[in-house]
Amino acid sequence: MSHLTTAVSADDHALGPDDAPVTLVEYGDYECPYCGEAYPVLKAVQHALGKQLRFVFRNFPLTDAHPHAGRAAEFAEAAASVGQFWAAHDMLYEHQDALDDESLIAYGRVLGIGDAALQAGFDGRFDPKIRHDFTSGVRSGVNGTPCLFINGERYDGPRDVDALVAVIRSAAKARA
Amino acid sequence: MSNPNVPPSAGPLKAGQSAPVFSLPSTPDQMLSLSDLRGNPVIIAFYPADWSPVCGDQMGLYNGVLPEFHRYGAQLVGISTDGVWCHAAFASARKLHFPLLADFEPKGAVARSYGVYRDHEGTSERALFVIDGEGVIRWSYVSPVGLNPGADGILNALDAMVGQPQAAGAL
Repeated sequence: MSHLTTAVSADDHALGPDDAPVTLVEYGDYECPYCGEAYPVLKAVQHALGKQLRFVFRNFPLTDAHPHAGRAAEFAEAAASVGQFWAAHDMLYEHQDALDDESLIAYGRVLGIGDAALQAGFDGRFDPKIRHDFTSGVRSGVNGTPCLFINGERYDGPRDVDALVAVIRSAAKARA
Repeated sequence: MSNPNVPPSAGPLKAGQSAPVFSLPSTPDQMLSLSDLRGNPVIIAFYPADWSPVCGDQMGLYNGVLPEFHRYGAQLVGISTDGVWCHAAFASARKLHFPLLADFEPKGAVARSYGVYRDHEGTSERALFVIDGEGVIRWSYVSPVGLNPGADGILNALDAMVGQPQAAGAL
């Protein structure tokens, strides 16, 4: 069983209470179709579990397989620098078919990221953070995307809403 | 080419054993030998077949992890029983930046010599070997064939190796 080697910290993008009984970490790639499939599922899981769950997203772009994944990750981190990470994350997964630079710039304007912040992202300001996420994933046994960790243990089971809600509820009980 | 000291039933070679030498095609007109890589750590990733459908499959993942492997001075080679033209198309489509070797003729001979050939399927196991600069296996792992083993085991093995011989060599 693979374990998360880098604990969740204030440097992470997290939704939900810090003291939630369960933390779900996703290593994801914005251009990966399987991550795209998981996106609405994970939204539904968060909705079903409410304050029971803290959801964390870490970057795991495979840029040779997915040519826009690196830029998309830079876009999301640039958005984070102006407090808009989750809006950007959602925008990317809801527009996986258009992740070219021109589209990203247009999404940036919709979200009010600001051209300067976005350009800084494209110039690589957040690349060390993205690489740090990637390396932490490799060290933790990420073997493809999306890769999920529930309270620090890699989850290899089915990724439908019911299965995830059940396994997370059971992890919450174990913690109680 | 196969190691006569290792019958196929012996199972995968383990840490401490010598890595069987081999020379296999890396392109339609080039060969790569284990001895060419001597002096640096070598990671051998045997895998069953090109064109795995899984997103970010094992070779695609290792492509992304290559900078980490290179930090240890380690070279990665992938080996399967696919032929050179199949490897060439696969490597090109996935933009792989490391060599894929064709263990094609005699089929699976290198996989057999490492104890990781699957007779019924005619492919290798999904197996990893980390070999030191002197040609000694320092870590090996056979994954369930349908499960991508990731790269954490390789990096841990490189950590353990580099922590010892390079420190000793620096004295």
